Amino acid sequence: MEKITGGEALLLSLIEENVDTIFGYPGGTIMPVYDEMYHYTHRIRHILARHEQGAVHAAQGYARVSGKTGVVIATSGPGATNITTGLADAMIDSTPLVCIVGQVGAPFLGTDAFQETDFIGISMPITKWSYQVTDAAEVSQAIAKAFYIAGSGRPGPVVIDFTKNAQVGRCDFRYQKCSFIRSYVPVPRVKEEEVAAAASAINEAKKPFALVGHGVELAGAEKELVALLEKADIPFGWTLLGKSVVAANHPLNMGMVGMHGSYAPNKKTNECDVLIAVGMRFDDRITSNLNAYARQAKVVHLEIDKAEISKNVKADFPVLASLKESLPLLTQAVAKAEHASWISSFKPYAEHELTKVVTPQLHPSSGDITMGEAVSLISKKADGKAILVTDVGQQQMVAARYFDVNLPRSVVTSGGLGTMGFGLPAAIGAKVAAPDREVALFVGDGGIQMTIQELGTIMQDDVGVKIVLLNNSFLGMVRQWQELFFGKRYVATPMVNPDFVKLAEAYGIRGRRVSERAELEAAADEMFAHKGAYLLEVAVQPEGNVFPMVPAGASLEEIRFE
Amino acid sequence: MEQEYTITAFTENAVGLLNRVTIIFTRRHINIESLTVSASAIKGVHKFTIVVNTSKEQAEKVVNQIAKLVEVVMTFYHTNEQIVYQELALYKVSTQALLDNKKVEEIVRTHAARILEVTPDFTAIELTGYRHEIAELFRQLDSACGVQQFTSSGRIAIHRGKHEILTEHLSELAQAHGGQSIEMVSEKAWE
Ligand SMILES: Cc1ncc(C[n+]2csc(CCOP(=O)(O)OP(=O)(O)O)c2C)c(N)n1
Repeated sequence: MEKITGGEALLLSLIEENVDTIFGYPGGTIMPVYDEMYHYTHRIRHILARHEQGAVHAAQGYARVSGKTGVVIATSGPGATNITTGLADAMIDSTPLVCIVGQVGAPFLGTDAFQETDFIGISMPITKWSYQVTDAAEVSQAIAKAFYIAGSGRPGPVVIDFTKNAQVGRCDFRYQKCSFIRSYVPVPRVKEEEVAAAASAINEAKKPFALVGHGVELAGAEKELVALLEKADIPFGWTLLGKSVVAANHPLNMGMVGMHGSYAPNKKTNECDVLIAVGMRFDDRITSNLNAYARQAKVVHLEIDKAEISKNVKADFPVLASLKESLPLLTQAVAKAEHASWISSFKPYAEHELTKVVTPQLHPSSGDITMGEAVSLISKKADGKAILVTDVGQQQMVAARYFDVNLPRSVVTSGGLGTMGFGLPAAIGAKVAAPDREVALFVGDGGIQMTIQELGTIMQDDVGVKIVLLNNSFLGMVRQWQELFFGKRYVATPMVNPDFVKLAEAYGIRGRRVSERAELEAAADEMFAHKGAYLLEVAVQPEGNVFPMVPAGASLEEIRFE
Repeated sequence: MEQEYTITAFTENAVGLLNRVTIIFTRRHINIESLTVSASAIKGVHKFTIVVNTSKEQAEKVVNQIAKLVEVVMTFYHTNEQIVYQELALYKVSTQALLDNKKVEEIVRTHAARILEVTPDFTAIELTGYRHEIAELFRQLDSACGVQQFTSSGRIAIHRGKHEILTEHLSELAQAHGGQSIEMVSEKAWE
C-alpha cells in the first residue's frame, strides 16, 4: 500500500469515525490538513466559521443535537487559544468534542516559534484528554483514542495537538477503532445491592421527588426514566440542561428547578422525603445554599461519574452506573405506587407563581412587550417541535421557563459555564445537525454581539436558523442584579446598539424589528413562513426582571417573586 | 478534621499526566507536602505517592477526581496507620568537624544512619526514616558539627492491606476482556 501523509491519515480517520461535518478555520500550521481536504470535499463538509470560537460552539450545538461527537479544526497559537472558551464550556457541560489544532513542527517545540503556544498545557484543566501527535504514524491511533474518550462514559472535549511535521510526514494507514483503554473505565458496572437499596428507599417514600438532568439525555435513557417516574408515580423537576429529557406536557413534569426555576419544584425539594437525582450534579445554581438544601430528604443519586456522587450533596443511596442500565433495573425493583395527594400539593405553589409572575409576564395588558410573551408566542408557533437554542442571560432563563419542547435532544444552551456568545454559533451547529427541524435561537443584544460575525457563516452555508433577538438595550441579567442587589447603580450595562436588521440584511439575512404588541404575531408567522435564516428583533421592556429568583447563596425558602 | 493522608495513584506512563494530577490539588488549594513518582510492581505502571494535610472528605473527593483521569489506572488514600512509609535524607558535614567532635559518630549510630562516603573535605550521611526522625538527626548534627547540605525525598509507601487491589483490578479487567493478559489487550487496542 502506498504511504499517505499524516494530514490525509487524519481525514481518513475521521471518515472511519463516521464524521461527515467539521467546523473550522485554517492557518499556517494546519494548512497541510486543509490541502488534503481539497480531495475529500465529497466525504466531509467543512463549515468555515468566522472565528474559532464560533467553530467550537457550532460543533457543540451539533454534538448536543445529533448525539455524535463534534469535530473542530483550527490552527496553532491564536487559532487554538480562540477555542479555549468552547473547551471549557464543553468540559463542564459534558459535550463530546474532538478538537484538532495545528502545532509548529516538532523540532521547533519549546523555542517560541511563530504561532507556538503550549496548547496541551493551556487546555489541560478544560479537556477530558489531550495528546500531541508528533509523528504521522501516530495519527490513526490517536484519533481512534480521541473519539473513544470524547464519546464514552461522561462525554467531554479532547484536544489533538498536531505538529506540522506529522501532518506532512508519511505513514501507512490502518484504522482500528478503540474500545478499551486499561486505565479508563468509562461505564462502572452496576451493583445490584445499590439498585436494591435505592429501590427500597423509593418504595418507602411518601413524598418522592425526582431531579432530572442532562445525564439522562447523554445516556439516551429518556424512555427508561419516564418508565420509572410513571411506575412509582414520582413528580419531577428538571435542570436547565435536562429540559428536553421529558416532554413539557407530561403530567408529572413540575418545571425547572434552581435560581430561576419554578416555585413548586424548588419548594418541594425542601419538603420531599426522598430526593431522586438522575444524571445531574447539584450545581450551585440549582442548590443555592447547600446547608439549607433538602436537608430533610434521603438522597438517591443515579450517576455515571463517581466524582459527582456526594461531591455537593451527600448521597444516601448512590447508584453508580450508566443510566441506561441502572434505570431499567430500578424500575423493575420499585413497586407500583400512587402519590396523588403529594402531587396535588404542588398545585397551590404553581398557582401562586402563575398569579404573581407567569400571568403578568405572558399576558401583560399594556406597556412594552415582555420577554415572556415573545418567548411564549414563538413557542406556541413552534408547537413543541423546534430545537431551542439560547444565549446567556435573562433571555436564556425566560426561554427555559416559557418555551416548550416535546422532543428529545431539543435544548442547546450553555449551562455550567454560562458563556455569552454561545447561542448564535451553537444554533448554526444545531441546524446543521437537524436540517429538517426548526431551530429557534433566543439571544440578547449583548450576547449576539459577542459572536455576531457568525452571521457570515449563516450566509455562506445557507443555515436556516430563526434568530429571535430580545433587545432590552441592556446587559439585562447584570442590570437585574444591579437593580436588586447593588442599589440600582447601573454601571456598564446600558447598551448603545447598531441597527441589527440592517446588519442582518448586509449578510443577506431577512430581518424585522417589532416593538408593538399588535405586530408580534404576524412577525412570528412571517419568520416561520420564511425559508432560510431570519432575524426577528423584538424591542422588549428595558428593565424587565426574571422571577422567581433564588438569590445566589440564599436558601430555596428565600425565593423572590419581585 | 485535617490530618495526613497518603494518596497513591497508579498510572500509565503518559506525558503531562503529572500536571493533570497536580491541577486537581491546586484547584482546591490543597498543598502537596510531598510527591514521589516511581515504578510499581507492575510493568509499565507508574506509582504516584502524594502526601497532603486535609480532611477525609476532601481526600475522598480528590481521589475520585484523580481516578477519573483517563490515564490513571487506580487511586487510593490512606491514613498513616494504614501504610508502611519512609523518607530518605542525605546530610553533608565537614569531615574535619566530624573528627573534631566525637559525639557526631555517636549521633549517627544512635539514629541508625549510614555513612555513605568520606572524603578529606566532607562526609555524606544517609538516613531512612520518618520525617520527624530525619528532622531530629538534622537538629543534632547541625548543633554538633554544622550541616552543610541537606536534602530529603518525598514519602514512599506501601499499604498494609491483605489484598493487592491493583493486581486484582487488572486481572478482573483482563477477564472481562476474554482472559487475555491486560498488557496484550491494551496493546491490541493500540495496534
Ligand atoms: C462571556 C461572558 N461575559 C460576561 C458574562 C456575564 N453576563 C451574564 S448575563 C450578562 C448580560 C447578558 O446581556 P444580554 O446578552 O443583552 O442578554 P439579557 O440578559 O438582556 O437577556 C452578562 C454580561 C457572561 N455570562 N459571559
